[in-house]
Amino acid sequence: MKAAILRERSGALLLVSPVLVFMAVFFLWPLWAMVTAAFVDDAVSKVLPRTAASIVSWDGQGIPSEAAHKALVQDLRVATDEQALGEAVRRLNSAASGFRTLLGRTIPAVKAASDPAQVDLLTVDPRWKDTRFWVALKEAMPPYTDRNILAAVDMKRDGSGSIVLEGADASAHRLIMLRTLLVAAMVTIACAVIGLPYAMLAASLTGWKRSVLLLAVVLPLWTSLLVRTAAWFILLQNEGLINGALQAIGLINSPLPLIFNRLGVVIAMTHVLLPFMVLPIYSVILGIPGNLMSAAQSMGAGPVRAFWRVLLPLSLPGILSGSLLVFMVAIGYYITPALLGGANDQMISSVIAFYATGTANWGLAGALGLILLVVTTVLYTIYGRFSTSPQVPGA
Amino acid sequence: MFRALQITFGIAIVIFLLMPIFAILPLAFTSSVFLNYPIPAYSMRWMHELTTADVWRTSIVNSLIIGSGATVLATVLGTLASLGMRKGALPMVSLLRTLFLLPMVVPAVVLGVGMQIFLVRLGLASTYLGVTIAHSVLCIPFVIVSVSAALQGIDPSIERAASSLGAPPVTVFRRVTLPLAIPGVVSGAIFAFATSLDEVVLTLFVAGPNQRTLARQMFSSIRENINPTVAAAALLLIIGTLCLGGLAALLRWRQKRSALMTAPSAI
Repeated sequence: MKAAILRERSGALLLVSPVLVFMAVFFLWPLWAMVTAAFVDDAVSKVLPRTAASIVSWDGQGIPSEAAHKALVQDLRVATDEQALGEAVRRLNSAASGFRTLLGRTIPAVKAASDPAQVDLLTVDPRWKDTRFWVALKEAMPPYTDRNILAAVDMKRDGSGSIVLEGADASAHRLIMLRTLLVAAMVTIACAVIGLPYAMLAASLTGWKRSVLLLAVVLPLWTSLLVRTAAWFILLQNEGLINGALQAIGLINSPLPLIFNRLGVVIAMTHVLLPFMVLPIYSVILGIPGNLMSAAQSMGAGPVRAFWRVLLPLSLPGILSGSLLVFMVAIGYYITPALLGGANDQMISSVIAFYATGTANWGLAGALGLILLVVTTVLYTIYGRFSTSPQVPGA
Repeated sequence: MFRALQITFGIAIVIFLLMPIFAILPLAFTSSVFLNYPIPAYSMRWMHELTTADVWRTSIVNSLIIGSGATVLATVLGTLASLGMRKGALPMVSLLRTLFLLPMVVPAVVLGVGMQIFLVRLGLASTYLGVTIAHSVLCIPFVIVSVSAALQGIDPSIERAASSLGAPPVTVFRRVTLPLAIPGVVSGAIFAFATSLDEVVLTLFVAGPNQRTLARQMFSSIRENINPTVAAAALLLIIGTLCLGGLAALLRWRQKRSALMTAPSAI
């Protein structure tokens, strides 16, 4: 009997293991790679290991000792991996501007010298007398950094190493996170305000009327997200159907600005996410016994009171799980704000995409991505408690 | 009065939900270069553009290549996993299930950044293989959900009956379990293909200019210079997904019917 269980178990393991390996390698590992990109900062110490060992003891005053110079010369002479060296130069240049040209002159001179012991950095380039570059070099050496995660929340370490707020003009990550939460909240509220009465209406109807209402919710779900976004682009533009219709009936004289602003983003996102609000509420309302409302009314409660005291509290689980779902998906949205929003409507995903694909700053992209990932995971965990059958959309 | 209000509200929201989809379709056949109503005259100009212009044609071909690759990969892996998780022989099955469904939850941009860093390290960035793998990570959850549902619908007594009549486990699987699960596998594959077809964000991060998919091409076209080719592409996508959706619905209907026929006690 035991052997049979063991056989069944190993058979099941054999079936699950391919996907387990696949997901571990191509899902968990990439996420881990993103997290480590935010914290690992070994581009410089990997290329200049001797310098790293030697410069540790330097106190940051003046310039380091002769030994550190020798170590740097030695490291630069043996550095053959062009790509790694380029990474290191880029990292150093972002810490102290001018480092690129400084190394651009130093590296060929060091490599051309016949005897490394004879190379004097200060004669190769007098800028090596500048403490600034040596400080940048020393600070780039520790293999781990909290620079990215601090920058992600608009903070940094000052000269003495204590954490301070970034200047107001420097970057605006907090503003963008706040905006992301705001837009997601607006979309969630809009979805709830439309979704609750719609789900109630659908549940109260029967026959083809109910089918039409449900089909209208499901059909957009089946339609490509890109098609829906393109459709809203066409509807909302200045010469689009909505402005055209409003002008034709004489309500407005000049087109309303509906696109490339917050309004357009919220309208389109509400359209895309409304099904995720309607479906959970609808399934909860269907489970409420129909005679409860009539019972409440027979006992003297008006329709408003019956709704407020009976139907609303009972449908609350559906509203909550729908809201969580909509909010969770909305904070990670990229395509719709990117295509329908203006410069002031870009959410955190756009910023992450900008750092990763635009400037190849994977450290900062990873740190911001980590924050988004943590928030989403927390929301999903709460959502999992509310809903027994998680049905989750692809965003 | 209240009734009229309800009806108006219902109609308004149905229009809100459906109008965008129906508004974009006729523009695929406009003769103008603008995506505006009224349509001056109908023409096949943009359909022609979609099928002949190099960027659009290659993007359609790329979508089909990457979509089929991701579908095959995700369907095979997802079906195996669903079979393995079916009997509950494994410890921590619910944890595994949560892990396998996570790609639906993790924001696409987050996965995109990680995938980009990771695939660059492997040397798979901007390759067909890399994009196909990235897509199949997103497709696997859909396959698992669909196949698991189909497996759950199989009455275990049928399989027990088969083995009590002397069929070895392999035969039971091949002749009983698999035929009953096939509709779920096929609709999982359809979901997977539709997911890959509509994927933009991961593609933005991991694909090079040679792997531009139709959805990716639509994205940059809307962003940079929108013209009615986008509407033509949208029409193509809608027809494609409607066909796939119809196929999936048909399968589900047949599955239900066959489940009723094989297990009358389940009614």
